[in-house]
Amino acid sequence: MISTIVATFARRPLFGYLPLVLALIGTGILAFGLWVHHMFVTGLPRLGESFFTASSMAISVPSGIQIFCWLATLWNGRPVLGVPLLFVLAFFVTFVIGGLTGVMVASVPFDTQVHDTYFVVAHFHYVLIGGAVFPLMGAVYYWFPKFTGRMMSERCGRWVVALVFVGFNLAFFPMHLLGLAGMPRRVYTYQPEMGWGGTNLFVSLSALVLATGFLLFFVDALRSARGGPPAGDNPWGAPTLEWATSSPPPPHNFTHIPVVASANPLWQEPDLLPVAAGLRVERRELLITSVAEARPEVRETSPRNTIWPFLAAVATAVLLIWSIFSPWAVVWGSIPLGVTLVGWFWPKGTPEDDA
Amino acid sequence: MKERIVLDLAELPLHGMKSASITWWGTLSFMLIEGTGFALVLAIYFYLASLAPEWPIGAPPPELTPGTIVTAILLASVAPNYLVLRWAERGQLNRVRAGLIAMVLVGGALLVFRWYEFPALHIRWDSNAYGSITWTLLGLHATHLITDLIDTIVLAVLMFTGHGGNKRRLGDVQDNALYWYFVVLTWLPIYAVLYWGPRL
Repeated sequence: MISTIVATFARRPLFGYLPLVLALIGTGILAFGLWVHHMFVTGLPRLGESFFTASSMAISVPSGIQIFCWLATLWNGRPVLGVPLLFVLAFFVTFVIGGLTGVMVASVPFDTQVHDTYFVVAHFHYVLIGGAVFPLMGAVYYWFPKFTGRMMSERCGRWVVALVFVGFNLAFFPMHLLGLAGMPRRVYTYQPEMGWGGTNLFVSLSALVLATGFLLFFVDALRSARGGPPAGDNPWGAPTLEWATSSPPPPHNFTHIPVVASANPLWQEPDLLPVAAGLRVERRELLITSVAEARPEVRETSPRNTIWPFLAAVATAVLLIWSIFSPWAVVWGSIPLGVTLVGWFWPKGTPEDDA
Repeated sequence: MKERIVLDLAELPLHGMKSASITWWGTLSFMLIEGTGFALVLAIYFYLASLAPEWPIGAPPPELTPGTIVTAILLASVAPNYLVLRWAERGQLNRVRAGLIAMVLVGGALLVFRWYEFPALHIRWDSNAYGSITWTLLGLHATHLITDLIDTIVLAVLMFTGHGGNKRRLGDVQDNALYWYFVVLTWLPIYAVLYWGPRL
């Protein structure tokens, strides 16, 4: 998502596509080995904890590769500061801060110190809000014209970015300090002599700024959906295929299947879409291609409308619910299920059966 | 946006084999899912064995005869299965019909001997953890034998109808034969663990 937005607004192809993809896969693999960092103080064996510490710290390497590739793309491009890109910039700052505290809490002694304090609350909101919500809001601004056919307001959007980014940081950054000062999570009150009151009040007020930003975002989305200016096919001058069809797209997306020769097809030929023709219309056909090179191989069929999958679903549901009450449901229930599956499979004599 | 036709698909075939067929991919993915299921149940067997003070719990090791007969039939069935696959590839309908009938008989014979495998365990499924996991392993594989037998019967009947010579349906026969290899292969580690594990 971020890679798509960054390339479009930097007006150039992504820098380091291959390392970016590998970093994404690396993040996914390392992610399997870090969930125990949520339970460092539960009394697990030391060896296990160090494995999850290593994994939690190592994930900063692929994450760093991604951030640097995106920065290099912007550095070498001619960035247009549209609202989606502003959200991505907000993501960079916020997510990197969350990553820095992430390396800190990955260490068991430090985590034991700040466990269940506001430091952890600050850390994971920087990661989650910065890493997921900001890009998601950017993506809504980016693809809203495609799925509604109307633009969201650029002016309103800039206010949303500013309110959300500033409000978020004012609300959540002081939580680091509160956590280090010992304020625990999930308490509704505390003694006045703890000295957290002033900062905590500031946090609460800043949360209102953040909430105002979100409110403005939803107001903008609702207003634009009804009365925004028409978007056209490709309002951002983006290079990817979804911008070659109309906004909103027809149910079938494309009348003919596009033929693609690069990762940024619309920058190669902005006004002309190369397509493939020859699929029949009196038979439901779709295309099967080779796995790696996407060479067209077969005109495969897809089935006609049929009641059998529904009957199979009903038979499965009856079997499973019945099996809660009696094990014999598995035996007797499999008979109607078998009948519906065979009925689903059995050739119907339609043109789709031809081979 | 203006479109320019650069590729004509009209000459492509209507049906493909192996990686050009979606049912082939479906069969492969199904093997992956089922294979993971078998691996998990085997892992549970070893886990329970590692916890129990004695293994098998309260029973002698299973009798070898029925399970070994099943293994022998399964291994022998690889030959006719291979022939059915080749005949279906070449579109030799009469041989495919004969081969499928043979495979139906093989599947039926396997179920008969599988029936005797359960009492040969000398324990009920609800006696203890050993009984539960052995019945689960055997039952899980028996489910595969039953479903594959039904598939093979349906395909055998289909081959005698007007749809028989259709390449798409011959492709189904090939996928079914491919899946039979999987049923045979998964049985070998289960046989080793179930029958020879307690004898080590």
